[in-house]
Amino acid sequence: MPLLDVENLTVSLFQDGTETPLVRNISYRAEPGEILALVGESGSGKSVSSLAVMGLLAKSLRVTSGAIRFDGQDLLTLKDEEMRTLRGRDISMVFQEPMTSLNPVRSIGSQIMESIEENLGLSRAQARLRAIDLLKEVGVADAERRLKQYPHHFSGGMRQRVMIAIALAADPKLIIADEPTTALDVTIQAQILDLMARICRDHGTTMILITHNLSIVARYARRVNVMYGGRIVESGDARTLYTTPRHPYTEGLLQSVPRLDQDRNVPLKPIQGSPADPFAPIEGCRFHPRCPYATDLCRSDVPEFGDGLACHAPLSIETREAV
Amino acid sequence: MSAFLHIEDLSVHFPVRKGLLQRQVAEVRAVEQVTLSLNRGEAFGLVGESGCGKTTLARTVLKLVDPTSGTIWFDGQNVSALKGTSLAPYRKKVAAIFQDPFSSLNPRMTSGQILSEVLHVHRYEGNIMDRVTELLSLCGLAPRFADLYPHEMSGGQRQRVGIARALALEPELIVCDEAVSALDVSIQAQIINLLEELRAKFGLTYLFIGHDLSVVRHLCDRLAVMYLGRIMETGTSEEIFSNPRHPYTKALIDAVPAPDPVGEDFKEHVSLAGEIPSPLDPPPGCVFHTRCPLAMEQCRSAVPPLERLGCAHTAACFALKQTANTTRTGAQSQTSTNI
Repeated sequence: MPLLDVENLTVSLFQDGTETPLVRNISYRAEPGEILALVGESGSGKSVSSLAVMGLLAKSLRVTSGAIRFDGQDLLTLKDEEMRTLRGRDISMVFQEPMTSLNPVRSIGSQIMESIEENLGLSRAQARLRAIDLLKEVGVADAERRLKQYPHHFSGGMRQRVMIAIALAADPKLIIADEPTTALDVTIQAQILDLMARICRDHGTTMILITHNLSIVARYARRVNVMYGGRIVESGDARTLYTTPRHPYTEGLLQSVPRLDQDRNVPLKPIQGSPADPFAPIEGCRFHPRCPYATDLCRSDVPEFGDGLACHAPLSIETREAV
Repeated sequence: MSAFLHIEDLSVHFPVRKGLLQRQVAEVRAVEQVTLSLNRGEAFGLVGESGCGKTTLARTVLKLVDPTSGTIWFDGQNVSALKGTSLAPYRKKVAAIFQDPFSSLNPRMTSGQILSEVLHVHRYEGNIMDRVTELLSLCGLAPRFADLYPHEMSGGQRQRVGIARALALEPELIVCDEAVSALDVSIQAQIINLLEELRAKFGLTYLFIGHDLSVVRHLCDRLAVMYLGRIMETGTSEEIFSNPRHPYTKALIDAVPAPDPVGEDFKEHVSLAGEIPSPLDPPPGCVFHTRCPLAMEQCRSAVPPLERLGCAHTAACFALKQTANTTRTGAQSQTSTNI
């Protein structure tokens, strides 16, 4: 049984009396112990769909249809109180900005211990010992002394380690990491992602890695969902997706990034235009205005998602040679 | 001076003041004894992590920050001493493109006003509206964009306006400070291609600051790797990426994952341990020795000079002689894998 099963999820923004869907009918599953990536550009719906899983949607956002099953339980039917118990204990989240997601006026120790006491019901003294263990596990040296320090004593990379320690406090089954390293330097990014991958391996934790960076995905995730305009347009195992993309958007993304292992004199092949505006009415496939292979069908009908793909004009060896 | 832009022995220190009397209690050594030369028409990259001084160096070239010591020569002229109105001709020849297209454009002005302001200030003699249309079209924007405010445009379109503004006075050198970092992947490629087209068309020289190594390698002919205010290695892009010599450069390149799961499976990853020390209190000797897998006794006390390794390749490292004969994998096995 998958640990997380998202089925036909639609999330809409309600504003000024209008309803704008930001996540459109997406379905995916995360198996126990795997690292699953959600890749997309701004406005693709990757963050909103994960906030829906966490039950942390802003007031103006609502799940309008679909189901989110975690460990067999439908999260959308849970009461706020039950969801709060689940959050932190079974599902936790690591956010992009370690600068703003920690409370600046409380010590690191009290913030980690709060999560331990709340979720595991340990005494203060026991919680302190567990906090020290957690900090050691995430690679913060001199843990006992650092417990008393405040977020401003920590560098960006160290703060992100603290956030990971808090997320791990109750040994959750699922961690959702939303762009966990986007604000960090390259060498620190590698440290943090290695750490997260090791933790998933050692604890059998499932991780959903949300990112815009295709290269990170290639190194750390086994399976990938590519999102565009609120939909999953292609999903599959990373190897197949990167070597033989079937959706033109996936191909476009791969050709847009300069790579260290390619000739630098070959010009990049960007995708024309800008990412789909969720407020703009687009008939048919939301990628068609930017798609070099778009047909009349693409302009009129929304492609159904099936067999890991939502496209009327998928790439095959013939189409690649023709262009 | 044969070089187009020559930076010689440049240091920039910022005082840290405290207390009622604002006494100087410390100083941040943002840039330390940097010497660099750019040839006319080339794209030169400056790479490094946060706090390495790359942006301060760029701002010094733009004359937005005064150097503590050292000289900047531009086209044979010493520009470090220029002040006030004597700077105007230099400012015309040197333009800048900034990272954030959201905050570098005035939200109360249309892009047409933003572009014509530059032309007015520098007393442009031709027809300003024609020039604005021309600039927009050079950057791939239709004339109607002149009437749009920044909030009516997407990130990529705003960055195009930023580039049009940089081109307005027909500059010879453009300083690009993380010019594509804030953009979505698909838009980033469009802007990179635009920058390349414009360079070829106008024979521009770029000083390109970036932290994304694959972007810098793609755009730049030569580059310098900086760490804590100092230059660690310089060379052509081909040379640096195929044969990095400094342990920091190697670690930096190794930290970049490739969008290729098959290749990634066969690569051995080594993460650099530790964090970047504070520029308030840089380590003595080689600034990198606290994180360096090859650090020796000598590295803790003396600063390694930039040594010439080939016709256009220099690196500042005492361990170079030792690593010269070791292969890349050999050097990596000594690297600490602990994180």
